[in-house]
Amino acid sequence: MDTPTSTHTATAPVYKIPGEHYLNSSYGIRSWLLTTDHKRIALLYLFSVTFFFFVGGIFATMIRIHLMTPQGFLVTPETYNKLFTMHGVAMIFFFLIPSIPAVLGNFLVPLMIGAKDLAFPKINLLSWYIYVIGGCFVLYSFSTGGLDTGWTFYTPLSSVYSNSAVTPAVLGIFINGFSSILTGLNFVVTIHTMRAPGMTWFRLPLFVWAQYATSIIFILGTPVIAITLLLVGLERMFHLGFFNPALGGDPILFQHLFWFYSHPAVYIMILPAMGVISEIIPTFARKPIFGYSFIAGSSIAIAVIGFFVWAHHMFLTGESVYAALAFSFLSYLVAIPSAVKVFNWTSTLYKGSISWDTPMLYALGFIGLFLIGGLTGLFLACLGLDIHIHDTYFVVAHFHYIMVGGAVMGYLGGIHFWWPKISGRMYPEFLARVSAIILFMGFNLTFFPQFILGYLGMPRRYHSYPPEFQVLNVMSTAGASILALGYLLPMMYLVWSLKYGTVTGPNPWPATGLEWKTDSPPPTENFLVTPEVTWEPYDYETRPDLELDHIVAGKLPAPAHGDD
Amino acid sequence: MQAQFPLIPEQASNFAPTVDLLMLFIVAICLFFAVAITAAVIYFFFKYERKHQTEIGVPIHGDTRLETAWIVVPLVLAMAMFAWGAVVYVDFRHSPGDTLDIYVVGKQWMWKVQQPNGLKEINEVHLPVDRDVRLIMASEDVIHDFSVPAFRVKMDVVPGHYNTMWFRPTKAGRYRLYCSQYCGTNHAVMTGWITVMEQSDYAAWLSGSAGTEANPLVAGEKLFSERACVTCHLSDGKGRAPSLNGVYGGQVPLADGRTVTADDAYIRESILQPAAKIVAGYQPLMPSFQGQLTEEQITALIAYIKSLQNEPPPPTGAGVVTASGKK
Repeated sequence: MDTPTSTHTATAPVYKIPGEHYLNSSYGIRSWLLTTDHKRIALLYLFSVTFFFFVGGIFATMIRIHLMTPQGFLVTPETYNKLFTMHGVAMIFFFLIPSIPAVLGNFLVPLMIGAKDLAFPKINLLSWYIYVIGGCFVLYSFSTGGLDTGWTFYTPLSSVYSNSAVTPAVLGIFINGFSSILTGLNFVVTIHTMRAPGMTWFRLPLFVWAQYATSIIFILGTPVIAITLLLVGLERMFHLGFFNPALGGDPILFQHLFWFYSHPAVYIMILPAMGVISEIIPTFARKPIFGYSFIAGSSIAIAVIGFFVWAHHMFLTGESVYAALAFSFLSYLVAIPSAVKVFNWTSTLYKGSISWDTPMLYALGFIGLFLIGGLTGLFLACLGLDIHIHDTYFVVAHFHYIMVGGAVMGYLGGIHFWWPKISGRMYPEFLARVSAIILFMGFNLTFFPQFILGYLGMPRRYHSYPPEFQVLNVMSTAGASILALGYLLPMMYLVWSLKYGTVTGPNPWPATGLEWKTDSPPPTENFLVTPEVTWEPYDYETRPDLELDHIVAGKLPAPAHGDD
Repeated sequence: MQAQFPLIPEQASNFAPTVDLLMLFIVAICLFFAVAITAAVIYFFFKYERKHQTEIGVPIHGDTRLETAWIVVPLVLAMAMFAWGAVVYVDFRHSPGDTLDIYVVGKQWMWKVQQPNGLKEINEVHLPVDRDVRLIMASEDVIHDFSVPAFRVKMDVVPGHYNTMWFRPTKAGRYRLYCSQYCGTNHAVMTGWITVMEQSDYAAWLSGSAGTEANPLVAGEKLFSERACVTCHLSDGKGRAPSLNGVYGGQVPLADGRTVTADDAYIRESILQPAAKIVAGYQPLMPSFQGQLTEEQITALIAYIKSLQNEPPPPTGAGVVTASGKK
């Protein structure tokens, strides 16, 4: 561990990047493509999910430009249908689902529990290759005819009627599923067996609890979507009648199987983001998180109850009234653990020592947007109301508030929070705060009007719409252009900071987790000496080792004499 | 008259005020929590802003009473939302007796509609005001969804079986009809208009336009003999299949001991998958007509069978000959 060169003063010390770390321990393309270091694999994922984020983002941009006029002026109906389908497939299966678990989770889980790597490092690399192969199939589908089934692949449209490249796409998602399963398995085994001495279950960072809950869903849910999409492929290729009523199949069966995974998948996207927020808030309020065990327990509750709400996507398929009642009831139950988290985060701020650093702004934005996203879920879970707003823009707005407002804000907050750990350098604080605010405003301008559009009755997946909806659509498109800027800025200044950012030392905030007890960037083996945990999570009181007067971020005057 | 920027669509059915009130109830609760939490977060940010470099927060680890409160209170409110929503939904899913029945067939990318007298419309539905209407809907290809925002109703139209929904238009006017379930290339133009008319105007419209189209009853009767249904389903009950007189709307005993209501969905299933439910006392002899009849032909057959509703059923025991196994 490097030591500050300055003496014990309130001014930040000058740090140097450590001599050897995971980024420079070996060189060459082979050292990356054959690496088994979880931190390098995390970076491989970072590049590939960022690639898919931009692919999906370009589709989204074209969608919003097209919808500026009622008739739609950019593309043909066929192309529009492909755009929203490919936007959904790229963003959900290849960006959102792997984003936090495979990038931040991969990087942080071993560091946070004091392990040298994941339990199965080679399988970890394998899961990245599987992801890339699955991604290639999907890109092949996109570039040879595209995909126009909607990301939901409803049958018999997808299995019989669509003329687009459905088969390579479903094969790609089938293959990609194994990447999730292997990552989940790796995390569960690692968290069970590789915790450092003293790292008991209730000393685990809440991010690790969230990854654990997510892994359960990966392992239990992903096989179902994989096999379901394979059945769609088989029905397309060999006319086996699983879902096509003309062959004796049942199209509604597909929806049950699809949502059995795809509803829990929403929790795959949001739970890790909640984990990130649960790390950021105590760090920047400098106090233990309020209700640790309730936040940890609510992650598990969401993962478990989340498996029993799937048919709330199907209230209007003609499913039995009793089934609808049961699924509506359970959907309201799953809202409670999410509410518990929000109440606990808010209470953590009470009597804190709060700073406005960028990760905290993202956490603040997350709470605001997740509140709206979560609360509007109560509207959709309501049977009587769902009759009207099902399959309208209300739904589109709701899930974007959860997945973009929640998951992506959490992801970006996490990237900023751990950027000094990943790169050893700090991003430019002012620009980062500005872009967090731009993102928040752009997001609301893009998606809030869609709630109103939905209640007015505008159905989703329409390439043209009645003229009375134009004003709100133009607002949404204007918001999207601001949102795009909010995503491009971090992209640019994070790259810039790799060379020019301030060197931060091991623990710039300072934060209490084990990952901050090693160098930034960490050595390949994470810890030169296996750490021993003797403190409770998020405890600032008994941690003189945090050296609060040495921090790099958010410099403030030293305490007045006699204070504290 | 709508305002320049309306926040809700026109209220034109019995469900519209109910659904809007439910919406208002949930909005009020959610707004309360959203504002309270946002205000608390912002207040804490300013109130507890870090004053100096080494300041730490007051270590508070939690409070079980608070945790209990914010589990129980939201749960109670959530259950209220659930219960109210359930009441509206159950009402929506159970159509009242004596409805005006309209048949709807969705196909890529149009709505084919048939009035009770056989009058056909495309992407247009004429309805009388203040009359309970039931839509009986089938799809010829993929899943569609019949959605009328001004009525606050929608229902998926699924290939392979009938879905029904009901509502009562309460205001004359023209309202937009959408397909709400993505159904392929021209999903966005699978739209149309619902025209709600005064009852007398509707009656005049219906009689003024009738006769130009084949009556489904007549078409159904023709199909019934053309497709040789009549050779087994003898009206006197002495055929190899049960008489269909007086069957529609009643209870039918099945071979496995259950009974089933003879509604549109049951009759449709019996035509397409005859082996699914065998009437007590009969053998599974009937061939499947899957893929051999269009949705409109099935509708016509059902209309004909429905017209036999008031015919006197054969005396009990007429078909029992087959029950003993002697055909």
